[in-house]
Amino acid sequence: MSDSLMPDEMIPDLVTDILNPVEPFLRSDRMPHIWCPGCGIGTTVNSFARALIESKIDLGSLALVSGIGCTGRVAGYVKLDSFHTTHGRAIPFATGLKLANPKLNVVVYSGDGDLSAIGGNHLIHAARRNIDLKVICVNNLIYAMTGGQTAPTTPDHSTTSTNPYGVFEPSFNLPHLVDAAGAVYVARWTTFHVRQLTRSINEAFHKKGFSFIEVISPCPTLYQRRNKLGDGLDAMKYYKEKSKIRHGAPTGEVGMTMTGEIIVGKFVDRERPDYQTMMRGQYQESLGERFVEQTEMVCS
Amino acid sequence: MKAGLQKADPHGVLTGTHFMDGDHACCEGALAAGCRCAAGYPITPSTEVVERFASRVPMVGGTFIQMEDELAASITLQGMVWAGAKAFTVTSGPGFSLMMEHIGYAAMTETPCVFVDVQRGGPSTGLPTLPAQADMMQARWGSHGDYEIIALCPNSPQECFDLTIKAFNLAEEYRVPVMFMMDECVGHMSEKVVIPPADQIEVVARKHTHKSVEDYLPYATNGDQVPEMAHAGEGYNFHVTGLTHDERGYPNMTLPTQDKLVRRLQSKILDAVDRISMFEEEQLEGADVVVVSYGITSRVAQRAIEAARKKGLRVGKLRLITAWPFPDKKIREIAANIKAFVVPELNLGQMVREVERAAHGQAKTFAVSHAGGGVHNPEDILKVIVEASQCQTV
Repeated sequence: MSDSLMPDEMIPDLVTDILNPVEPFLRSDRMPHIWCPGCGIGTTVNSFARALIESKIDLGSLALVSGIGCTGRVAGYVKLDSFHTTHGRAIPFATGLKLANPKLNVVVYSGDGDLSAIGGNHLIHAARRNIDLKVICVNNLIYAMTGGQTAPTTPDHSTTSTNPYGVFEPSFNLPHLVDAAGAVYVARWTTFHVRQLTRSINEAFHKKGFSFIEVISPCPTLYQRRNKLGDGLDAMKYYKEKSKIRHGAPTGEVGMTMTGEIIVGKFVDRERPDYQTMMRGQYQESLGERFVEQTEMVCS
Repeated sequence: MKAGLQKADPHGVLTGTHFMDGDHACCEGALAAGCRCAAGYPITPSTEVVERFASRVPMVGGTFIQMEDELAASITLQGMVWAGAKAFTVTSGPGFSLMMEHIGYAAMTETPCVFVDVQRGGPSTGLPTLPAQADMMQARWGSHGDYEIIALCPNSPQECFDLTIKAFNLAEEYRVPVMFMMDECVGHMSEKVVIPPADQIEVVARKHTHKSVEDYLPYATNGDQVPEMAHAGEGYNFHVTGLTHDERGYPNMTLPTQDKLVRRLQSKILDAVDRISMFEEEQLEGADVVVVSYGITSRVAQRAIEAARKKGLRVGKLRLITAWPFPDKKIREIAANIKAFVVPELNLGQMVREVERAAHGQAKTFAVSHAGGGVHNPEDILKVIVEASQCQTV
């Protein structure tokens, strides 16, 4: 930033003067983090931590699962039971946690490439089964950790290291995909919409079933730079100017382009029994008194 | 009783004398071992294991989920384990190939779990309904990087029951993925299976930490090289990663951390080879030739061994119940006193290379290879035993 918003002497010493309210949720012994200047992932973590505060959710029952990639590193920075799994497999790992201990609140926090390319099959099947997972998908429109390759979400005509002459394959509209597959809660925000994002995460915590929140997030180092879209601040200006809040918008109409309008909001909020409710119901119906409720799994 | 050893939960134990196939016996072994969670994907000739599990587990308090593929199944089961359950998955060659990455993840994160591979003919789709033993090297080396696993080879439905319990126990004791290497014959043959009362079945409990949240370091060891585990939801706020990690479980990609971690993942198994290894041996004393076999082939070899003895040949038998870690010392000791090993197996030469390596030139090694799809003709093994017994001592 060229022009400082306040004189230096007025800037508080962040270490001694202010306790950041999200600090208790972070592993401060792992700071500094690996994310680039202008990256939006840290912003989403801030919104997530604030949602933890606002939702008053029992942190002891909360487990967070990430896959691989820039967003995959979130698991390493949050002071929760956290699992950094294999590429694309955060959702099935999280499914295992939830099935073996239904009392856990399980969050999947990963990127667009991890969740929708290599993990795409698990994404649609978890939505179909309506496994009670909260999926936060940080969509930076590119493979960032590996150096800016085309993702299934990369908009048409943008340039990447593996489509150096421009992307020509159509991209995924993720809210449409998970809506069609059966998710009970689908929202999209950008990293400009920090308060709305917090509210959506909070809502998802109170919703039983497969929830999916997409967060459009800048990658200044690879996506913005290569496509001459400026830096992180320029991304914020773009998000501010071109985002349009349309709650309940038909998800088929929220596809993204490189510089066009970004439709944000809560698109889907419906009731549908989750996997474990259906499973128990089916067993009770078929087995009657022979059905034994899953109790304490802990084998120690 | 040894620390960590418990009696089986009677709810999962189908005590009695049964006539059942190896796949079903494997499922009963898992239930007896305290396994209440499984994730699977259908594949011949292994599916009967999870079919039975799916029908049994709602009545003993547990869950089975059929996942969308083997990639999912092999990591879902690890989520189950970190939530506190004992869990397994079951597959055959093509599915086993897809599971390799998660065998590496289980080895790296020290997730105790069991992978059952009911081997069929390969490569690729190969012979879906016919036996082979050609995944033995894949079980050991299939995932990238350096690591150790344990692999067991049952040769009967009874052993499918007994050794499945053992597989779970070893997984818990060493916090390692255990490969349960069945084959189509053992999986589909029906024989008498005796399931003892629960109080006669010993199961190893999870190596769960008793430390306070403040004192707990997820990957610190206390002399025995195997760290203590915590489960999600207990307040430990621990981190698990497939990246190279330090004792806190935090990613730490430095040479000293890599060296310390990877060497420990190896040595926690290799230092315990003598305790892990199980064999069946017969007439090793004074033998000229020792037949080394495992799984279904050991039962075919038995006939050849007996025929050879009738011809007056001095033939010993060593059946590998534990294939991995490989019992180098045992082979070396035998090699010092015999002319030759004969190694029949349903592949074109996998474990025979280990025998040859461990024998270290002290005895000759003869393979009796088979491309899979059936079992050996005992005559073919007998011919090689005769040839081996006539060879000159090295």
